[in-house]
Amino acid sequence: MAETTLGHTDHTAPRPQGLRGIVADVSSDQRAFKNVSWGKAMMWIFLLSDTFVFGCFLLSYMTARMSTTVPWPNPSEVFALHLFGRDIPLILIAIMTFVLISSSGTMAMAVNFGYRRDRKKTAILMLLTAALGATFVGMQAFEWTKLITEGVRPWENPWGAAQFGSSFFMITGFHGTHVTIGVIFLLIIARKVWRGDYDTGARGFFTSRRGQYESVEIMGLYWHFVDLVWVFIFAFFYLW
Amino acid sequence: MAQVEAQDHGLHGHVAPAHSVSHAEGQQHPIKLYLVVWGWLFILSACSYAVDYFALQGYLRWGLILTLMVLKAGLIVAVFMHMAWERLALAYAIIIPPLAILVFVAIMVLESRYTEITRVLAFGAG
Repeated sequence: MAETTLGHTDHTAPRPQGLRGIVADVSSDQRAFKNVSWGKAMMWIFLLSDTFVFGCFLLSYMTARMSTTVPWPNPSEVFALHLFGRDIPLILIAIMTFVLISSSGTMAMAVNFGYRRDRKKTAILMLLTAALGATFVGMQAFEWTKLITEGVRPWENPWGAAQFGSSFFMITGFHGTHVTIGVIFLLIIARKVWRGDYDTGARGFFTSRRGQYESVEIMGLYWHFVDLVWVFIFAFFYLW
Repeated sequence: MAQVEAQDHGLHGHVAPAHSVSHAEGQQHPIKLYLVVWGWLFILSACSYAVDYFALQGYLRWGLILTLMVLKAGLIVAVFMHMAWERLALAYAIIIPPLAILVFVAIMVLESRYTEITRVLAFGAG
């Protein structure tokens, strides 16, 4: 019985499209998200709630920055690195952005190869994604270390408004935590792919549900979300 | 739109070989699509970095930052997260609620302006 709720689509009749389709789907009994499995729908709803969490962080940052009478530190200078004999503004953050975008690209391709049942390529691309994610976290650790040695604390910093430190550690820390959790789950799912759990439909150790390649896509949704959040952090915290 | 047709084909193609172990699996698009989006994300990120590198200021800076941000977010959600191929009921259920954050932003802009004014008045300018 539980298996029936896992299916992708019931192919009985064509469903209406557009706004009429929304009304029909939402007002129908049982399931509003017709061709989406519960796993995927729940991941989307989790991501929606996470959107609000990060939205509130960025909002509190905005409020702190707009309401302070002390000048805000210039992120372009704060995050500059001294390379090749000169200060390059924001270069570390730019590299981190490219690393994370690349990891999103490899993840998207892993999902694709998963649905093609190409076990090896899927696992390798997922491991590559995890490696890029770990690189990102490593660079973030470097960034934190640099700022802490320069005297940035949640309650003070050498350049201006005290709220800079608390906003920075809160927002990037929470995002880094998301990336770290993502890397751990990428490794778990990659191992399952490698072992062929999704080809044989082996039952998971936690939910006891039959494994299928959709897990790779659901994992991908989470990972792309982490990249998505970084797009907003990059724009509002580092560039603004 | 070829992708949409390919997906439809994938969904309906399931009817004929009903006995095969693998049932219809969604979201099969050519790898090239992902590489193109990847490339665009690189270009857009390079552009937003350039905004900072060349130290553009004022409305030009903020406008460019927001435009590039929205374009990048749109590409990620639509293609990488496959939202473009989902049914509208899901897309609207996920994309409409975050717009409430914009209302929150408006409220907090007013609030922080008020806080700033009271700070200036109570503690003196600067």
